[in-house]
Amino acid sequence: MSQKMTRRHLLLGGAATAAVALVKSSFGKTVQIGIPEAALDPTKQVGPLPGVLGTRSPFEHPQRKPSLTSSQTPLQDLYGMITPSDLHFERHHAGVPAIDPHSYELMIHGMVDKPTVFSLADLKRFPSVSRICFVECSGNFRKPDKEDITPQDICGLTSQSEWTGVMLSTLFKEVGVDPKATWFLAEGSDAAVMSRSIPVSKGWEDAMIVYAQNGEAIRPQQGYPARLLLPGWEGNTSIKWLRRIELSDGPFMTREETSKYTEPVKDGKIRQFSFTMDARSIITYPAYPSQLQKGWVEIRGLAWSGRGKVRQVEVSTDAGKTWNAARLQEPVLDKAHTYFRYLWQWNGDTTAIMSRAIDETGYIQPSLEQLITARGPGTGYHLNPVTAWLIKRDGQVVYSPEKWK
Amino acid sequence: MPFWACVAGTVMIACERRSKAMPEHFGYGRPATEKEIAVKAIAIRPDGKGLPAGSGTVQDGAIVYAAKCASCHGGTGVEGPFNVLVAPDTVGAKPFDQSSKRVKAIGNYWPYATTIFDYVRRAMPFNAPGSLSDNEVYSVTAWLLHANKLIGTDAVINAKTLPGIVMPARKYYVTDSRKGGDGPYE
Repeated sequence: MSQKMTRRHLLLGGAATAAVALVKSSFGKTVQIGIPEAALDPTKQVGPLPGVLGTRSPFEHPQRKPSLTSSQTPLQDLYGMITPSDLHFERHHAGVPAIDPHSYELMIHGMVDKPTVFSLADLKRFPSVSRICFVECSGNFRKPDKEDITPQDICGLTSQSEWTGVMLSTLFKEVGVDPKATWFLAEGSDAAVMSRSIPVSKGWEDAMIVYAQNGEAIRPQQGYPARLLLPGWEGNTSIKWLRRIELSDGPFMTREETSKYTEPVKDGKIRQFSFTMDARSIITYPAYPSQLQKGWVEIRGLAWSGRGKVRQVEVSTDAGKTWNAARLQEPVLDKAHTYFRYLWQWNGDTTAIMSRAIDETGYIQPSLEQLITARGPGTGYHLNPVTAWLIKRDGQVVYSPEKWK
Repeated sequence: MPFWACVAGTVMIACERRSKAMPEHFGYGRPATEKEIAVKAIAIRPDGKGLPAGSGTVQDGAIVYAAKCASCHGGTGVEGPFNVLVAPDTVGAKPFDQSSKRVKAIGNYWPYATTIFDYVRRAMPFNAPGSLSDNEVYSVTAWLLHANKLIGTDAVINAKTLPGIVMPARKYYVTDSRKGGDGPYE
């Protein structure tokens, strides 16, 4: 059998492939792609033998959407609470560093009894914990003024993984954090040497140093070989490629917590240390570019809150006039993407559909107008408005642009 | 229960508890040496703690800026194409919350002057991060402060003078007070 396998089968893992094409990827690298065959009878031909790595079906092409500074998760192509690791959003300030895990070190010093350097192997020896939670960029909102906008465009800077690592509190005990320490600096070893000041209380509460994502080593784009993880807090604070933690009695006022990741709010104020991500949801199906047919439609989407569990998701199919509770997929986890569903019969009329999340603090996801009224038109980060999808008479689903700025 | 059984039982329970409990220390890792801490601890605090020896002037900064910074930030810090460093504000500019178009720059938005030194030294220039000497970083910091009309032409910037510079935006900064619950979405 194996002798009969052609070179083409070997190169492409034997997928049903009619032709091979060489194409330039968006990064200028030439890659080989298979063009799938449609009409083969799979019961009449033995398929590929077991391989060293699994692959996606050649018919599936979920892709992130990269810009110069970030790459967004294709929320409209996904079906559950976990983001496949290679589709996790990406955001960094000076590229992805290449770090040798054997020379990786994390130094913890400052207001501690025992300034200590941990190797990756040291970190892995400590008691470990796994946790499923989202990571979301606080700049995760686009203000499109056109209809052909996907969930990925609007809020693709949120993703969810199962993260495994050591609780930061375990390391705090190990080095003996001074009770007078109130803040710590977390610093990455990328070319921006990204750094943020974090209250020590978050370190004791639920911060982790994680080295695994969805069961395997963390991806380079997510901080390989180890990163800080601050559940529910703006993604920028979960410093990737973590190399240093310095305990201190005040914040350092780094560039990323002063000139960036701060937002103008009412009366000319500038709000700083806005760590927690407020509750949000988005319908990921039907959404642009879906095409609807009359009849039953299962509306699906994601809801999450940085303040705890999602208590309820409400869906409106009449442009916000009335709201109905959606079904939440168990398990509903703390500070985690929660998948919701709502069965609806579309009668063919033009309408708008939207969802709003309510978290366990009682917070109800606001409209953009409510946010702008409360903060002013010049505000910036931490915008989590209800997103509406317009359903046209012909079944076309498009973004419903909102005027602002 | 005979006395021996009671003692044995107590010991067993104690052992079990010990095996389940987390030790105070695991003993993993190695002590950080003072030397490596000194090399790696590059963060500057707003009170100036962490600033190195050396100094810089506006004149020297102009030379460094033109050579290493202007290609990304523009000849006078206003033109871009990347981050605008000098605010093109006019008299009576609207507060930031009322104007989405007002450009945020060092002179009108940054709350601490020490942040300039910290950030330039760790992350700039973008194509050669960490390549400037401490004196060059002090000089570029001086040039940027001068270009933003915050210091005079003859000012010298060093570990003593930099933390003393009062940034105009500082007074607008407030710490987040959102708490969830029922709004009002502030």
